[in-house]
Amino acid sequence: MSQDLNTAMVEKYRNDFLKEVEEKVEEGEWVRMCMQCGVCSGSCPLGPYWEHPPQEIFMMIRAGKREEVLSSSSMWMCTSCYNCIVRCPRELPITHIMHGLAHYAKRLGLAPKEQPTMKFAQLFWDNLVKQGRVNELKLGLSLYFMNGFSEGVKTALKMAPVGLGMLKTKRMNPMEMVGGHKVKDLKGFHAMLKKAEEIEAAKIEKQEAEA
Amino acid sequence: MADMKIGAYICKGCGLGERLDTDSLENIASREGKADIARQHDFLCSGDGVAMIRKDIDEEGVDHVVIAACSRRAKTDAFRFEDVACSRVNLREGVVWIRPDTEEARETTQEMAEDYVRMGCAEVRHMKVPHPSNEQPRNRHVLVVGGGVSGMTAALEAAKAGYAATIVEKEDRLGGHAAQLWRRIPTRAPYSDPEVPEIDALIAAVEAHPDITVYLNAKLKKTSGAPGRFYADIETADGVVTESFGSIVQASGFKPYDASQLPEFAYGKTPDVVTQLELERMAREADGGPIQRPSDGKAVGKVVFIQCAGQRSDQEGHLPYCSGYCCNASIKQAMYFKNQNPDIDTVIYYTDLRTPGAGGEDFYRSAQDKEVIFSKAVVKEVTPAEGGGLQVRLHDLILDEEAVTDADLVVLATGMVPNSGVNIEALTKPNVEEEGEGEAEAETEATIEVPVESILNLDYRQGPDVPQLVHGFADSHFICFPYETRRTGIYTTGPVRRPMDIAQAVDDATGAAMKAIQEIENAARGRAAHPRSGDLSFPEFRKEGCTQCKRCTVECPFGAINEDEQRYPVFNESRCRRCGTCMGACPVRVISFENYSVDTVGQQIKAVEVPEESEEKPRILVLACENDAYPALDMAAHNGIAYSAFARVIPVRCLGSVNTIWVTDALNSGYDGVVLMGCRKGEDYQCHFVKGSEMAHYRMSKIFDTLQQLGLETERVITHEVAITDIQRAPGLINEMAETIEKIGLSPLKF
Repeated sequence: MSQDLNTAMVEKYRNDFLKEVEEKVEEGEWVRMCMQCGVCSGSCPLGPYWEHPPQEIFMMIRAGKREEVLSSSSMWMCTSCYNCIVRCPRELPITHIMHGLAHYAKRLGLAPKEQPTMKFAQLFWDNLVKQGRVNELKLGLSLYFMNGFSEGVKTALKMAPVGLGMLKTKRMNPMEMVGGHKVKDLKGFHAMLKKAEEIEAAKIEKQEAEA
Repeated sequence: MADMKIGAYICKGCGLGERLDTDSLENIASREGKADIARQHDFLCSGDGVAMIRKDIDEEGVDHVVIAACSRRAKTDAFRFEDVACSRVNLREGVVWIRPDTEEARETTQEMAEDYVRMGCAEVRHMKVPHPSNEQPRNRHVLVVGGGVSGMTAALEAAKAGYAATIVEKEDRLGGHAAQLWRRIPTRAPYSDPEVPEIDALIAAVEAHPDITVYLNAKLKKTSGAPGRFYADIETADGVVTESFGSIVQASGFKPYDASQLPEFAYGKTPDVVTQLELERMAREADGGPIQRPSDGKAVGKVVFIQCAGQRSDQEGHLPYCSGYCCNASIKQAMYFKNQNPDIDTVIYYTDLRTPGAGGEDFYRSAQDKEVIFSKAVVKEVTPAEGGGLQVRLHDLILDEEAVTDADLVVLATGMVPNSGVNIEALTKPNVEEEGEGEAEAETEATIEVPVESILNLDYRQGPDVPQLVHGFADSHFICFPYETRRTGIYTTGPVRRPMDIAQAVDDATGAAMKAIQEIENAARGRAAHPRSGDLSFPEFRKEGCTQCKRCTVECPFGAINEDEQRYPVFNESRCRRCGTCMGACPVRVISFENYSVDTVGQQIKAVEVPEESEEKPRILVLACENDAYPALDMAAHNGIAYSAFARVIPVRCLGSVNTIWVTDALNSGYDGVVLMGCRKGEDYQCHFVKGSEMAHYRMSKIFDTLQQLGLETERVITHEVAITDIQRAPGLINEMAETIEKIGLSPLKF
């Protein structure tokens, strides 16, 4: 579906990527207000590791570089420290725009495939929806095995003393492996998520219909 | 001189009484200084002290007063005796505050004070009370050259203040470039959309005012005279009218930069590349409807604005400066398109976006909100694309890459070129520079080739227009002396002074009108304009002694001096700023002011007691500019910074007024060193009289021959550039000279 959506969006906006961002990306309507001062890029603690810092991302959007922006790993690097939002003289919600872009890229299937932040986000979500509560034991383990079985075993062995220490101080309950704690009304919680998914799907469907 | 009566008053306050032997000072004033009355007072600037002096003036007939107290820059209100000649002896900042309070220093400190009292008495003996010249009447009539926004505002402001104004406009209508605009940059909150310029209302107000006369299609054929008595020959189709004026406001505005010098942007090759001013015309014609592409009448779908086109560039034929208004103008013009149809693509390529003015930032933001795209890039080339349209090749500065974009219309933000008339300094270089390098001369010759029409046609010896400061803008100093040109009573305003937009021009013209009024009043009272505001003294010369060498007329920074038929100088008192550069220039020393002359300083130099060589007490003459160096030394004293007790400091009006005779006289009478302190010269000068410091440096560079003739080391005379902030450095320079003398030994010319 995402491939279709991507083609539809390309077809719809042609080379007006700025307009596409404004309409489709959360907080995207702010991109035009950037005055290219570069304070966001300078303030980002991970700035040097980004492929394109926020200032550049905004400029690329205006220059219509759709593929490069959406397939970039840059916005996945954001740790939500909010330094850029605090410092932006034009008061752009830069952190939110980065997340909006990342989300949009994933939806279109353009996000880089092996992006660890994206993978972790998916693990976190899958873990959470099961019981309505995060099962830290399972989340930790799935994180160890995120990149394959042998690496998972190695990491698990390396972390064993930490795990035993947590067991001893009752910071971790081994019983979480089976079942685990959950929200009081699990049925209601799932119903709520289902409804949300329906709303979202309807929205996308509408978008596609418009395209 | 026979009936001169000198009163010397010595203050004992501020620690003077404790640190100095004032009885001895009183003695010196009456015995050596020949003061008829000498008195001491515990607190001279108090009501009681001032009353004592006043009483002597009124009852004893004292007409020359010596006040030995604090610096002449302090207590000016208390010690203001306008009916007598007055000399201030600086015992506080000049002596006790710059000397350590120790037993060893006591003797030299006392000697210093005694010399200053002798100097004060010698000076006052050669001073006269300045009298107003009454050379010109109060002429409440301002001539405004140029009928654009600046000129009309200046005329209106002057008229509102009760002064008549006459506008001379070369075109057949008022309004200038501003009248061609469709909309203007917003002046009111929320600064989000272009506003109607309302130039018509300004024109109507000018035309309706009973005290404003307007000459259209008119030129100044000749302008002569001086503040308070300018005469202008105004030439129109109906003939020449001569009128008299008190002062002049030159608001001759600007010419748009010639965009045909920008072939890289295809200007002239295709009608689809236009300047901002041309787009205004297109917008006026469209009047809110879609703006059409000039080549084929197609509605514009994408427009590209190129900022700094031929500006802020070192390239030959480009303007090196920023014109200041064009960023806002492009934002405004992009809105012409966006407000008509939000789907039109508008891109502004800039390198640095500058939006001056109160609402500039809001206006920029408003454009972004309207989806005007701002892109930091250098445009390399514009080429007509095949099958219509344009192709813009650029280098994106944020993404650091080359890019190509299409456009239906390209608008060039070309700048302003000042309409300042003839560059008189290229015509007649003063002697100073003529003797300079050959390279500079070659350059001069090249500039003369360009025929430029004069704006004012001044009947001044120095040339037909006001001197230019930089890049052809007619000003004397952008920051310190706005509006002041180097021609007293002629004020420049608007874009002829520096690049500006309408709002700035309105403020600027109001200021210039006030200066013009001030000058009318000053001229009527015979008072000097800035910076010696209110000074009544003016130069006089002894005709019998004059050799008609013309040096004074050439070197006067303000063009105050003309020549008569016999080539004698003619001083125009109200043009004069009283700097004394002419006095310093005069080789036969025939020029003097009533209270400042070759004698008032020369006699001070002679009054200093030069100790014999065996005493090993050198004497250093310091001639310090009263505007910067002297206050710097005063402030050093306030900060308790000590300097050599062998220095004798004399304030001068400008280093340009220093006549070399003072230096040679000092050296001849046994001084060991001479330090001259003036302001910074050159392109970023700080001299209050523009060229004074430069002249002085030049003259002093020639003094080495004299020193060699006298058999003296060249290190004994040194000229420094001192700023008012050089509080640590200025005393240091005096101490440096003291060290130099210690190294090279005392002068062999002592008696």
